[in-house]
Amino acid sequence: MAEVSLHGVAKSFGATEILRDINLSVDDGEFVVFVGPSGCGKSTLLRIIAGLETVSGGEIRIGSQRVNELPPADRKIAMVFQSYALYPHMNVYKNMAFGLKFAKTDKAEADRRVRQAAEILKLTPLLHRKPRELSGGQRQRVAIGRAIVRNPSVFLFDEPLSNLDAALRVNTRLEIAKLHRDLGATMIYVTHDQVEAMTLASKIVVMNQGRIEQVGAPLELYRRPGNLFVAGFIGSPRMNFIKGQVLRIAGNSATLGFAGTDAVVNVAPGRLAAGDPVTVGIRPEHMEAGGAGATSLHGTIDAVEQLGESSYVYMKLASGDDVIVRAPGETDAAAGGSYTAHVPTRALHVFDASGVSVLAERI
Amino acid sequence: MTLRPGRIAVHIALILYTILALGPIFLILINAFKTRRAIFADPLGFPNGQTFTTIGFDRVFANSDFGLYFFNSLTVTVVSLVLIVLIGAMAAWALTEYKFRGNMLIGLYLAIGIMVPIRLGSVSILRMMVELNLVNTLTALILVYVAQGLPLAILILGEFIQQIPKDLRDAARCDGVSEYRIFFSIILPLISPAIATVAVFTMVPVWNDLWFPLILAPGDGKQTITLGVQQFIGQYVTDWNAVLASLTLAIAPVLALYLLFSRYLVRGLTAGAVK
Repeated sequence: MAEVSLHGVAKSFGATEILRDINLSVDDGEFVVFVGPSGCGKSTLLRIIAGLETVSGGEIRIGSQRVNELPPADRKIAMVFQSYALYPHMNVYKNMAFGLKFAKTDKAEADRRVRQAAEILKLTPLLHRKPRELSGGQRQRVAIGRAIVRNPSVFLFDEPLSNLDAALRVNTRLEIAKLHRDLGATMIYVTHDQVEAMTLASKIVVMNQGRIEQVGAPLELYRRPGNLFVAGFIGSPRMNFIKGQVLRIAGNSATLGFAGTDAVVNVAPGRLAAGDPVTVGIRPEHMEAGGAGATSLHGTIDAVEQLGESSYVYMKLASGDDVIVRAPGETDAAAGGSYTAHVPTRALHVFDASGVSVLAERI
Repeated sequence: MTLRPGRIAVHIALILYTILALGPIFLILINAFKTRRAIFADPLGFPNGQTFTTIGFDRVFANSDFGLYFFNSLTVTVVSLVLIVLIGAMAAWALTEYKFRGNMLIGLYLAIGIMVPIRLGSVSILRMMVELNLVNTLTALILVYVAQGLPLAILILGEFIQQIPKDLRDAARCDGVSEYRIFFSIILPLISPAIATVAVFTMVPVWNDLWFPLILAPGDGKQTITLGVQQFIGQYVTDWNAVLASLTLAIAPVLALYLLFSRYLVRGLTAGAVK
């Protein structure tokens, strides 16, 4: 078991900077998820921790040891790849035992570990099959088994679920969560799927363009996104953004005007002045159908999606902004009609011109 | 399956080509078992009761060291083949997997080797072999054939190695497998169809070559089978029975090896396209 820490890690390929000044610490036994759009550098960062890529600068520590110069095998890590990367010409047993042969594990011990891992992952009846005779989910379990037998301090997962179909993905997600509870090992997991991030992580690292945008517990990121990028990335459907302006400011209390309505919010002191442009954010699920309340948005309905347990109303405001409202249950709103949604002030997010949240601390 | 005109045309072309390719082999085989008179009177006829004879084979075994020539050819071919495949695969792995200074240049240099026929250098090669005291040795032939076969082998094998997912090598590295082990335990088994392809492409020209045996190892019991056959072809009289008989014997092993490899060959040639 070990903690992982990154200090000023940077990576560039030629003149292209992939990662810039990454600082992060992962506690022992924590489940950390790197999430971000494709090309944000999250996979590269994982490969750097694994030792499959070198860094252009900075330091990586696993446990108390600096591992920059260590090859992957000596870092006490095990990695599960998106493509599973099973050796196609070896059966399941050999796939799992292959690495142990080179770690100088004695045969009886290796056999015991492989059988134990197979037991945990329900692979025992499949031990003598070749990878091509397995389904996607089974291959994924073999790949995880190969990681388990190495008895690593840190598990690294590189988008392990993206090749599975939707139903299997949910199952495997639960299995990975259970595995983390059972093994108690440190796990670092890369995904572009925010649902995986929200459900698995004890800590989410949101990345964008080679930088860490925000680090925090899943609900913390949901409730208090630090900037526009995180606000838009976490949550589905994504948060609505409406351009607005500071009308008046008195102490911490700012009156914001947006889309023909206004709202009074508590902002951090000294961050805004009257007349400043702001972006107001409101999650679709926090809006309420109907006009009860001081702050509400009116518009015409572009489209309605009925999901049964809820409905999404896509409306266009007079100001030209597009807004999605999630109404619970079924709705009788129809495309072409007009719609009014109440905006509770406590659910508002406010970002300044540079996209950073200016809300005062709130519980 | 419907037979569209385009399909029929393709098949006709393929059948014509097959006849063209197999014709000479077929001619050699049937005429090897005929009397000299029958060979000239009816070159396309099958041997029958009157024309059947094995005199060519008798003469080959009686008048020449056929066994020795055969052994020489086999040694040269097999050793060259093993060296080309082994060194070729290792070089292909190094060139595709590791980025180092001069990587591109070496790749280009080897590509030139495919385009420039090695026979252009015959004089220099002969001089070099004389200085190295390797004339009239099988080693000389093997060295030349390895040089001749390597560029194409590296090109083909490199192409295949590139198709092996990079994750596989990374997974092995995480497993603590050494680079040598990755090559021998993972890469080599996975490119075996490509190796069969390279083996066939390399084996046939080496086995059939007359040029280098003639200039580098023409005597001292080091003749290969193609050279051995030449002694039956005289300036004035050619012993056609013996020539055809020894050619038949020379074809047999390549044909057998080709049939052995061809199953993999087809897989190797199509592996990139169908996945």
